[in-house]
Amino acid sequence: MSVIREEVLDKYSAKVYKNRKEHVITVGEGNPDVVSANTRAIPGIITQRGCCFAGCKGVVLGPIKDAVIIVHGPIGCAFYTWGTRRHKAIADERKGEKADSYLEYCFSTDMQEADIVFGGEKKLKKAIIEAMDIIKPKAIFICSTCPVGLIGDDIHAVAKWAEEEYGIKCIGFSCEGYKGVSQSAGHHIANNQLIRHIIGTGDKEPVSKYSVNILGEYNIGGDGWEVEKLLKRCGIEVISIFTGGSSYRDIKNAHLADLNLVQCHRSINYVADMMYDKYGTDWLKINFIGIESCKESLRAIGEYFGDIELKARIEEVIADEIGNIFEELTYLKSKLKGKTAALYVGGSRSHHYQLLLKDFGIRTVLAGYEFAHRDDYEGRTVIPEIKPDADTKNIESITVEPDPKFYKVFLSEEQKNILKEKGILLNDYPGMIQDMDEGAIICDDLNHFETEEFLKVLKPDIFFSGIKDKFVIQKSGFLSRQLHSYDYSGPYAGFTGSVIFGNDLLMGLSTPAWSYIHAPWKSNPCLEARLEVEEYA
Amino acid sequence: MRQVAIYGKGGIGKSTTTQNLTAGLAEMGKKIMIVGCDPKADSTRLILGGLAQKTVLDTLREEGDDIDLDLILKKGYGGIKGVESGGPEPGVGCAGRGIITSINLLEQLGAYDEDLDYVFYDVLGDVVCGGFAMPIREGKAQEIYIVCSGEMMALYAANNIAKGIQKYATTGGVRLGGLICNSRKVEGEEELVKAVAKEIGTQMIHFVPRDKAVQKAEINKKTVIDFSPQEAQADEYRALAKKVDENDMFVIPKPMPIERLEQILMEHGIMD
Ligand SMILES: Nc1ncnc2c1ncn2[C@@H]1O[C@H](COP(=O)(O)OP(=O)(O)OP(=O)(O)O)[C@@H](O)[C@H]1O
Ligand SMILES: [Mg+2]
Repeated sequence: MSVIREEVLDKYSAKVYKNRKEHVITVGEGNPDVVSANTRAIPGIITQRGCCFAGCKGVVLGPIKDAVIIVHGPIGCAFYTWGTRRHKAIADERKGEKADSYLEYCFSTDMQEADIVFGGEKKLKKAIIEAMDIIKPKAIFICSTCPVGLIGDDIHAVAKWAEEEYGIKCIGFSCEGYKGVSQSAGHHIANNQLIRHIIGTGDKEPVSKYSVNILGEYNIGGDGWEVEKLLKRCGIEVISIFTGGSSYRDIKNAHLADLNLVQCHRSINYVADMMYDKYGTDWLKINFIGIESCKESLRAIGEYFGDIELKARIEEVIADEIGNIFEELTYLKSKLKGKTAALYVGGSRSHHYQLLLKDFGIRTVLAGYEFAHRDDYEGRTVIPEIKPDADTKNIESITVEPDPKFYKVFLSEEQKNILKEKGILLNDYPGMIQDMDEGAIICDDLNHFETEEFLKVLKPDIFFSGIKDKFVIQKSGFLSRQLHSYDYSGPYAGFTGSVIFGNDLLMGLSTPAWSYIHAPWKSNPCLEARLEVEEYA
Repeated sequence: MRQVAIYGKGGIGKSTTTQNLTAGLAEMGKKIMIVGCDPKADSTRLILGGLAQKTVLDTLREEGDDIDLDLILKKGYGGIKGVESGGPEPGVGCAGRGIITSINLLEQLGAYDEDLDYVFYDVLGDVVCGGFAMPIREGKAQEIYIVCSGEMMALYAANNIAKGIQKYATTGGVRLGGLICNSRKVEGEEELVKAVAKEIGTQMIHFVPRDKAVQKAEINKKTVIDFSPQEAQADEYRALAKKVDENDMFVIPKPMPIERLEQILMEHGIMD
């Protein structure tokens, strides 16, 4: 099967080939399967990755609605991370405490040449003063862009000043774009500051018997709301969501929840891990994308709390949800069965959506991650094997101590063992590979060239990815759906979301407009030339 | 128009030497502009008789882009024009970027008058980042003099600067015109500096003695030629000016490995 890899990588020079072949594998050929990941992209290759700033500001912090996020830098970084990711939010007013949504605003210091030369701290302070005058937020986050790191503006000193001056929460994030090899570094930086400065500072106790946080759910197209609704129906209280549709005000109470549910492992596993160390909160890798996955996830939560009443309620909810979509689901299955798909998304979606596709009888022939680490592919057991390189060592990794006031043990070792016997993994993630068919291809840090080659070789019915390669795919005549932004659709999570997803797919497959368009130069030469000089003819 | 950049270890005497040298060239009737590339803004003090004028970057910050050249470009001794880039206070911002901004702005404002015979860039300390190499990048200074002495760290810095020049010489047209030995009264100084110059592939263009007349003139905000034209030291600077004006030895330097430099220092008895 690695013939496919050879075909796709064939055009590369020996040096590039040597690097790339470690990132492209066929499932089942290795013993065990190993995927090289989280390494530097090769200069000259059009990688689909983003930068550290994108991971910190764009992904993890961006959706927090009641914090004013000031992007310290020239205007581009702020503008292009503003409102492009479809993380929805509603400004909610809850008893006494204000939780405005500022997502519709774009805040930046708009650094100019003189600020680079003379330093931008003064302008940053001025921006904070302005924000306090006009908006009076409870929290301000400062995100550094590349030039700030180069000239060494001390954003953390400014944050400290703002906290003293205004009595608000103000946090600096040194997430300059050049750090690390992809947006993954930015996730880590955001996670560190969330645990350092926010989680654990609230005192709003849960009101229900069972409460959870949803980690790594960014409410794209309303996914988070869908999941929250589902959990509420089961009688489970959601304390906070990291970070889709969520607020600073909620996140500070996260330590008071009984359990953490981890959706996107890559972007938030640091918080999950550190909350386990600091507050004893267990985490469960769940997945609310896909019908079977939703069922499994809800049941696992039921098992974790071990409450017969809760378990019964969960079964009721599952039955009801399925009942609501059954007819449509059956129809969609009949139409979509037997199709093939390729997925290339960030750091967890490529795994989650394979399971939803499986629900419809769609086979995944290729899957890959932009910025994953080896554990996202191979499972967390591989973590001790990963040798930290200079790029990873550059990103601060913090350890936390048990909190004297809030540390609690929810399950005894014995109870944990019982869960294990039932096949429920606690504080662990087995990775994507174990859910894939033998013979399927995995491709880490894909690029435009390889995308085109894979399309030629594998000819999938659908290629799921993002805006950066959507048009490469479409112009090759294939159906492309964006799994970062859902192409203006969604929600795709939960039971109802699955049906919306299925309908979108069917709609796309039924209107294969792009496959009817042929570039004229593909069949006829468009350039004609004649050699003028006789002797060269 | 010859564009000349002066580099050298911090405090070695770049600003003093540049101004005294240009005073000598002015006496010969040359039209000159000095561009100070140092946030301290002390490169034109002796020519303009104080630290009076506003720096380019301060003006840019306060006035925006609409800058009047007369505000920043002042005439001093012998008709020499002086301009200071200026820059941030120590520890903030980016002085290197400031130099780039400043030189670009001077070009736009038309400071580089066709009539000028010489433009001198007096650059701070070592070549610490890209910004400070600005004067030797394409289209700016074509010739460079390194001020040094017989002290080890001064020669170490000179060799280092030669590396920077070599880098830009291969892409741009910049060449090394020689080492100016600004004496620190080290034993065997002249021979040592000559030996190092030879190894790098250049010349010691002049040996400037250490003399109290320099400091005396400096206190009076003047060059030696201006303040005490009869002093022997004034003649030294006149000699240097003549040699620079007549110089025809422009090379791509061959910086040496640190071991070789240490060996030369040893041979001249500096490291025992
Ligand atoms: N030939 C000389 N004889 C006596 N004193 C000298 C001589 N050359 C320089 N000096 C003195 O050395 C001091 C430092 O010189 P100067 O400011 O020119 O150094 P610089 O290399 O420009 O320093 P920086 O790297 O800080 O810009 C001055 O006070 C000056 O008077
Ligand atoms: Mg100086």
